[in-house]
Amino acid sequence: MDSLLAARWQMGVSLAFHIIFAVIGMAMPVMMVVAEALWLRTGNATYIDLTRRWAKGTAIFFAVGAVSGTVLSFELGLLWPRFMEYAGPIIGMPFSLEGFAFFLEAIFLGIYLYGWDRVGGRVHLSAGILVAASGAFSGVFVVTANAWMNTPAGFRTVDGQVVDVNPVAAMLNPAAGAQVLHMLMAAYMAVGLAVAGIHARLLLIGREQALHRSALTVALWIGLIPALLQPVSGDFAGRVVARTQPAKLAAMEGQFETRARAPLRLGGVPDVDTRRTPYAIEIPGGLSMLAHGDADRTVTGLNDVPRENWPPVVFVHLAFQLMAAIGVFLAAVAVWGAWLAWRHRVFNSRPFLGILVLSTPLGFVAIEAGWMVTELGRQPWIVQGVMRTSEAVTPMPGLVVSLVAVTTVYVALAVIVAALIRRQVIEIHP
Amino acid sequence: MPDPAFLLAVVMVLALTAYALLGGADYGGGVWDLLATGRSAPEQRATISRAIAPVWEANHVWLILVVTILFTAFPRAFGWLSVHLHIPLMLTLLGIVLRGSAFVFRAYGPGDERFSGRWGLVFAGASTITPVLLGIIVGAITEGRFDPEASSFRSMYLAPWLTPFAISVGFFALVLFAYLAAVYLTLEATRDISDLFRARALTAGALAGVMALIVFLLAGEAPHVRASLTRSAWAVPLHVATGAAAFATAMMLWMRRFRAARVAAAAQVALIVWGWALAQYPYLIWGHVTIQSSSAPRQVLVLLLQVVAIGAVILLPALSYLFSLFGPRHVHTGTNHK
Repeated sequence: MDSLLAARWQMGVSLAFHIIFAVIGMAMPVMMVVAEALWLRTGNATYIDLTRRWAKGTAIFFAVGAVSGTVLSFELGLLWPRFMEYAGPIIGMPFSLEGFAFFLEAIFLGIYLYGWDRVGGRVHLSAGILVAASGAFSGVFVVTANAWMNTPAGFRTVDGQVVDVNPVAAMLNPAAGAQVLHMLMAAYMAVGLAVAGIHARLLLIGREQALHRSALTVALWIGLIPALLQPVSGDFAGRVVARTQPAKLAAMEGQFETRARAPLRLGGVPDVDTRRTPYAIEIPGGLSMLAHGDADRTVTGLNDVPRENWPPVVFVHLAFQLMAAIGVFLAAVAVWGAWLAWRHRVFNSRPFLGILVLSTPLGFVAIEAGWMVTELGRQPWIVQGVMRTSEAVTPMPGLVVSLVAVTTVYVALAVIVAALIRRQVIEIHP
Repeated sequence: MPDPAFLLAVVMVLALTAYALLGGADYGGGVWDLLATGRSAPEQRATISRAIAPVWEANHVWLILVVTILFTAFPRAFGWLSVHLHIPLMLTLLGIVLRGSAFVFRAYGPGDERFSGRWGLVFAGASTITPVLLGIIVGAITEGRFDPEASSFRSMYLAPWLTPFAISVGFFALVLFAYLAAVYLTLEATRDISDLFRARALTAGALAGVMALIVFLLAGEAPHVRASLTRSAWAVPLHVATGAAAFATAMMLWMRRFRAARVAAAAQVALIVWGWALAQYPYLIWGHVTIQSSSAPRQVLVLLLQVVAIGAVILLPALSYLFSLFGPRHVHTGTNHK
């Protein structure tokens, strides 16, 4: 395995691992404070039980997320030193802001988790709210930095030198808004629905009805509202990609030919040799419509992108199809859930609870697939159109060693976290 | 306005000081967890765990702050470190991950002895190894043995940090962190345990003195360090102050004035960090990268300073609230001093 591939794998493994913890660290506190607020309001003991369980879950996920996030902040340099020397001044700002947001999150989580008998009810709840808010801000800042890699802004290059650096303009890059919105909604959706799925399963097998009904109610509110709206933010994000990264869009859609009335493809497997995408259901003009709001508009295909600038088309297309399919499916689940809720029949509908159980991991699968679209779809660039990933990689040889070490540690941690959550958060202890 | 690059370097030194005083003591707690012996070992471990649980994550963020400021304001220094100190940095990260995860696994685990014992050992082991690695990195930056002509793996990626001096700094850091932790823990424990940590603090303090001497002697390999530590105008007053703080800590420990001992020990370690920073000035990486030669464009630095200032205004009150809630537990503050 060459250095570049090993570095990309290590970054990929580190991100794929961290993102799960980061997302849970963002959304779990929201559920925790909603449950606590309900407890303060109703005095119903079920809610305080729920609050404490979710607080435990938050504690475990936050700690592992904190340390795996530290790994990433160093890996930016350890794996991509040339990239950081180039981009550090331009996009260091959102990382520093994220550092402060993360600091606040850690401080108030400490107060929340260990301050039950040291601060009053309102102060305690406020600490929880600050945890949730700083978590969201952390997400905003980090995604902003990533968006800059897709649509670099806020600097000029003169004779190979970076000049006129404007960190604020860099943060407000064209992709930032769409990516931030899409990611934050994905986070609340994935976590809300995962928790809902777990409690739906426990309801179906007939455990502690009161607790699981309360849990399901809170989790569905957190998960289903973003699930309903996510296709809209996805459409917005898609238009930005169409405008700013045509090669990525073409790979997502398996579109080789530049043409007007480009079709939207459902499924299909791109073949980069014949430059066609067979086995797809094609909706005529659908892609032109979605990308540019007009079925007659022209969509740039990969044939008009130099071959050496192609992303890995097959992966990007399949990952995108997977993400979009899950998104549509979960939006449908949300509509069904809203209809059942309106008729007060959520808990009585076994088919709906069954679908929720099946949906437990889907939000996370969609998040991982979506990140593969974003990151693989930008290749071979680390900064779109500015710096190639191969130019950024460290000269340090033998990266496969750290890749193996990081992968081993993360797999082990994932297994233990899963076992702990199962035991300490989900199960009922007499 | 003073040079913004210089101000940001000062901010980094202050954040590093906070990391040493707070995060460092958390590592030290892990060291004493590893060394917990006797019949009261479970209680010693419980005391350590109780003291660091609410604050260790916040204390850890100082390191992240240092790194983000480093790569925003001094990107060339960050690139340099990332390439040449790749191996110790990667090992440090593994240590940080294992320590944090193991701590939370133990805290939220099933509580049976086998599980707690195993993860407690990972926590304690990683808490002991990581400070040595951090110290080695600081030592390597100070010694500056990076050969721009180097071409072999050994000379590029191992030689800069596998030196007697860097390794001695690693163990100096370990001893200092254990010393800080022991001093702090005297305030967090019941009488018997407190006495135990008092004795350990005195021992670790003496050991820190020995390690400081060893580091100084090995600094002969890095003549510039010894020169700046001895000859410059600030050297003598600084050494006198550090020595006075060390002596005051020992006296206060002896007299069981643990609050005063805590302040004195913190002052001592802060003075050591500042002494190092002064000896290092104007270099970020000795002989190779200076504050000026690696700094980002001025407008970036000014903006970052503003962010830091606003951040501090929000952060510091929140932090002081955290520590006021989880400060010393007043279980034992020394009753037989007059």
